[in-house]
Amino acid sequence: MNLDYHALLPEIILAGTVILVLVTDLLPVKKYWSAVVGILGTAAALVPLLTLSFCDSLEFCESTGVRSMFSGTYVVDSFALVLKGLFLVVALVVLLMSVGYLEGGRFWQGEYYFLLLASVLGAVVMASSRDFISMFVALELVTGPTFLMAGWRKGDDRSNEAALKYFIIGVISAAILLFGVSLVYGVTGQLRFADIAAAIAVRGESPLLTIGVIFTILGFAFKVSAAPFHFWTPDTYEGAPTPVTAYLAVGSKAAGFVGLLTVAYVAFGTTRGLWAALIWILAATSMTLGNVVAIKQTNIVRMLGYSSIAQGGFMLVPFGALVAVDATPDVLEKAFFATVTYIVIYAAMNLGAFATIIAISNRIKSGEIKDLAGLGLYAPGLAGLLAIFFFSLAGIPPVAGWFAKLVMFNSAIGSGSGWGLALAVIAAVNAVVAFAYYGKVVKSAWFDAVPDTVSDAMKSDSKVAPPLVLALGLTFAGTIAFGVFPSLVTSLSEFASSLSSGL
Amino acid sequence: MGWFESGWGLSLIVFLPLVGAVAVLAVPKAREELQKVVALGFALVTFGLSIVLAIQFDYGASEKIQFGTSREWIAAIGSNYTVGVDGISLPMIVLSTFITVLAIVYSWDHWPEPRNPKMFSMLILVLLTGMVGTFVALDLILFFVFFEIVLLPMYFMIGIWGDRTEVRIPVIGKVTEMRLYASIKFFLFTLFGSAFMLLGFIALYFRSGPAGDRTFDMIELAARSDLFTGSFAFWVFAALALGFAVKVPIFPFHTWLPDAHTAAPTVGSVLLAAVLLKLGTYAFIRISIPILPQEALNWAPAIGILAVIGIIYASFACLAQTDMKRLIAFSSVGHMGFVMLGIATMTDIGFNAAIIGMVAHGVITGLMFFIAGSMSHRYHTREMSRLGGNQKLMPIMGAILGLSAMASLGLPGLAGFWGEFMSLLAAFNPNPALNVGLFRTLMVIGAIGTVLTAGYLLWMMQKVNFGEPRESWDDVDLHDVDKWEMMAWVPLVISIIAIGVYPRIVTGATNDAVVELIKNAFGG
Repeated sequence: MNLDYHALLPEIILAGTVILVLVTDLLPVKKYWSAVVGILGTAAALVPLLTLSFCDSLEFCESTGVRSMFSGTYVVDSFALVLKGLFLVVALVVLLMSVGYLEGGRFWQGEYYFLLLASVLGAVVMASSRDFISMFVALELVTGPTFLMAGWRKGDDRSNEAALKYFIIGVISAAILLFGVSLVYGVTGQLRFADIAAAIAVRGESPLLTIGVIFTILGFAFKVSAAPFHFWTPDTYEGAPTPVTAYLAVGSKAAGFVGLLTVAYVAFGTTRGLWAALIWILAATSMTLGNVVAIKQTNIVRMLGYSSIAQGGFMLVPFGALVAVDATPDVLEKAFFATVTYIVIYAAMNLGAFATIIAISNRIKSGEIKDLAGLGLYAPGLAGLLAIFFFSLAGIPPVAGWFAKLVMFNSAIGSGSGWGLALAVIAAVNAVVAFAYYGKVVKSAWFDAVPDTVSDAMKSDSKVAPPLVLALGLTFAGTIAFGVFPSLVTSLSEFASSLSSGL
Repeated sequence: MGWFESGWGLSLIVFLPLVGAVAVLAVPKAREELQKVVALGFALVTFGLSIVLAIQFDYGASEKIQFGTSREWIAAIGSNYTVGVDGISLPMIVLSTFITVLAIVYSWDHWPEPRNPKMFSMLILVLLTGMVGTFVALDLILFFVFFEIVLLPMYFMIGIWGDRTEVRIPVIGKVTEMRLYASIKFFLFTLFGSAFMLLGFIALYFRSGPAGDRTFDMIELAARSDLFTGSFAFWVFAALALGFAVKVPIFPFHTWLPDAHTAAPTVGSVLLAAVLLKLGTYAFIRISIPILPQEALNWAPAIGILAVIGIIYASFACLAQTDMKRLIAFSSVGHMGFVMLGIATMTDIGFNAAIIGMVAHGVITGLMFFIAGSMSHRYHTREMSRLGGNQKLMPIMGAILGLSAMASLGLPGLAGFWGEFMSLLAAFNPNPALNVGLFRTLMVIGAIGTVLTAGYLLWMMQKVNFGEPRESWDDVDLHDVDKWEMMAWVPLVISIIAIGVYPRIVTGATNDAVVELIKNAFGG
């Protein structure tokens, strides 16, 4: 078989790095060298992505258009390139966040980086998968290592609970997904997404196919923790080590969305009315339930767990708004574009929020919202970052989050249907409700007096691990730049929206 | 000065304060004097530039957008960086930069607890960027961004430097500090309104033409106003009006205002009253009416009735207050009622009344909040029953308070007169498409409102200024107006008298623009 090694280079480099990290762990050097190798490898994997993206203007690069391999089951198109880039950047930031965290506690380090990078490899493969077999393998590669990572704080009951709960739910959701896929395969006789779409177009819908589609979508609903399939999320987020939570909330969730996007738009493009109605409900319940429950939370990471459920609902809105719409390619592309834009912005601001929380709880040794009180008085820098990331999550201009919400509203209203409009109104009310809890964190940090639990040593200790500073800097720059110049994101997400026009 | 006219001048006025905020951030925390100097310097330069703007402005063509520019901003959704000034926005820009300078001057020696001049000056400067940006934006998305940016500094101002008295939250029944309750209430109310406003903006965009020819440009949308009809227009107008009405505030969306005003530190209340409330009324004139003129006529009676209810309600609410600052806050609801009544008549006189009313309310109520702040700083109470005899204790402060109260109740010759008078005049002769009987009734009720307004302001004067001072003040060191207060207040006093004697300072800029707007919107 004739392989396009240039197209596979990111995966090859990443796979090499995974092995190299394990080897480094065996060498008689300090443990953090595993992280350094991991970071360098991830950064190196970004290089071929760039050369592939700008292939047309590079002399040594042979321009072949969309690079399709393994009889069309593995495709490197602009969508795949953008999402792979996103996964690698997310991995870099999470690695930077992890270094200080792992050094600070009694953790196994080499294995951690090995597992994290293996999961990232799965996500990168996911972006290119165009059939159910490779997609399922990729999805399992994404989630498998995270089961272990969630339990990385071995001495802590909560961490064990987090891992076990996540594992059980993960396995169930995989089973549901496989059940759906097997029904779809049984009806259409195909596994490649393009062939499934063609077969459905020829044969029309049948009850069995309907059940297959519903189960497949629900399988993904677990992965992206859409309500009412979200109940593992808060416990797992709270119990897992915070950098792992950040990866679950951003990397793993985005991988789920990538799967959902490709399956929904490519494989099930012709049965849009069916999944759109289902996702309409998931979107509305996720937003509402996530927000309402988040208001009552006292632990900041747990609150961010519910927040990520609500944010996931917002990302689903463009899908759901497609119910009862004439399928003009323009409308489909707008919806696709909106979800991708939302994912990119969400990644920047949510990682930033987690990085800030790691830096803060390092200092005050607590994850309770009320213990953040007075942060603005003794650590205005961290409190400022906290305010920026949380305002961004709440969608207040000029920080990035507002634009994500705007394109989401844009696609819902632009669908032109009453259902789309209704979903937009639900989203608008939720966007306001969300401020009640995002604002609570800002209020605690800026408006409240310093509590007794904060010692003078904590106040004067302004040390933040250098890798974490870098992670904060990257996410801060992204959050500000995307908010003030949203065209930075739209150029990426428009590039990525090519997938929807293939219908 | 070619660069100034081509849009750079305006952009400089908008973003220079933001640069100033970053500059203040760079100053070490211990050097408070330098922070104040830098903040004042940037505010002064911005004010100076807005004066240059006012001088260079071509008053013969005030209906035209001047100093404008349009650059590509977010191509993917068709939004551009479009800014410009016409006769309607010019007075508002000058008002914003003017009040900001005075706010910084006043703050020089009056830092509310817990001090932190660095952050406070930064917030004032960021606020200025938001305010001016809202007044110059001619693109709906750009407008939305600036409209929201304004929220953040005010949220922090109320939350950090606000009133620490404990209050019981209505309905929930939890006891909390006033500042915490007021800041989140202010934020949530405005956010709720603006979320629907944004939906309305997007809906307008999709109805503005076939794909590829859609726009967020306010001027272009106004030119295409024929496209927006029927129930679509009805709902879009309602969504926009909700966003703007909360900001104005129109009765019954006003309940955040007394809390926010009372809780805010002095400078916060001043900026809130003088400029922030105008964002809503300005948006009605700039966005709702030109783009949805037909629907504006349908909604006008409702707006007029709510405006008049606001006037009467605010008067009675004022009479029930014991707290001086809260009384002034409620009086704002009444004055904005007159502004909205002017707008509801949909006539050129009414719009002129609205704009001059906005400017007058800005300088008068701004001054009153300054005085209320200074008095409670000295007396450590805002209870009017304890303040009696202020005139004897502090003659100059008493005199300035008297003058501002007279201006506020609409005494001819002072700034407040024109807004009230012209707005009632306009209600006598509303737009031909409106029900004359209804608006004349509103005029009569509004006129009764002016009497009530005079009533509660005189009542306040009587309680605060007149009478004999209480004995408990004998041992307290009560100094009269200090130099920083003088420097902040005298310009306001001068502008109150100047606008009162010569209202063309404002209407000279607005009149042509307003006449043109009415002609384009309603024909003839």
